[in-house]
Amino acid sequence: MSEWIVSILLLIGGCFILIGSIGLVKMPDFFMRLHGPTKATTLGMASLLIAAMVYFSYTNEGVSVKEILISIFLLITAPISGYMLIKSAIHHKLRAKDGTKGLDNIEED
Amino acid sequence: MRLEARFRWLPTPFRSVLLFVVWLLLNNSVSPGHLLLAAFFAITIPWITFPFRDPQPLIVKPGLAFRHLMLVLYDIVTANLQVALLILGPTKKLRPGFVKVPLDLSHEMPITILASTVSLTPGTVSAEVYPIPESLEEGEVIEQRYLLIHVLDLADEQALISTIKQRYEAPLKEIFRC
Repeated sequence: MSEWIVSILLLIGGCFILIGSIGLVKMPDFFMRLHGPTKATTLGMASLLIAAMVYFSYTNEGVSVKEILISIFLLITAPISGYMLIKSAIHHKLRAKDGTKGLDNIEED
Repeated sequence: MRLEARFRWLPTPFRSVLLFVVWLLLNNSVSPGHLLLAAFFAITIPWITFPFRDPQPLIVKPGLAFRHLMLVLYDIVTANLQVALLILGPTKKLRPGFVKVPLDLSHEMPITILASTVSLTPGTVSAEVYPIPESLEEGEVIEQRYLLIHVLDLADEQALISTIKQRYEAPLKEIFRC
């Protein structure tokens, strides 16, 4: 039974991470590319970590909860790294895709 | 906004709780020895490091903070599904855009939390907080701050701004009461 749960969770996680990576390749400009890795992968990582929790709770004795820590750190750091990337992109005045709305909202620095 | 804690020996109560829980999670045990050690660290580390830190606003309403956390976690799951669909769908139909959201929050810490939640929730990544402190003249007072966000698929700018303000900013304002 636990094997089924673990494999389904691993599949779901793998799918989400794959979708995030497809987003990286498919999107036309840098700003849109950022959306994949900051979001689609968080859920993927979460299901992989839950799978790890279930697996190690079954095989080892006792409950394994270290994975919660990993997900907390992931949730804290993912937005920060995304923010640093997009900030430097704006600073370097990377071109956004034609037709992007509200480009005049970016202030000069 | 409250910057001073109620007890002097416990300057940052929530950081202490976090330290306590993280120590137990790292060791993966709740044996009496680890409980004692965790309590020791949870009290002494904030007490020693407190003088080096800038005072941060304290959480005034822990219950509401917990509810807000649950809401954000739920939104993260839906955001993941939405963005996955947007990525797999036709790229040409996406309408990317930059939106400037006026902020009512004034302190850096709640603004950081708001920016992070915006980055984790549907189709938006926060890009910048205006005005940039380095660009200000000395002694100039900041009247209104803006959060610049990039949206993957922008349908209605005003609706998006009001959702962010009501769903994420209003609870934060109450949690920190500022």
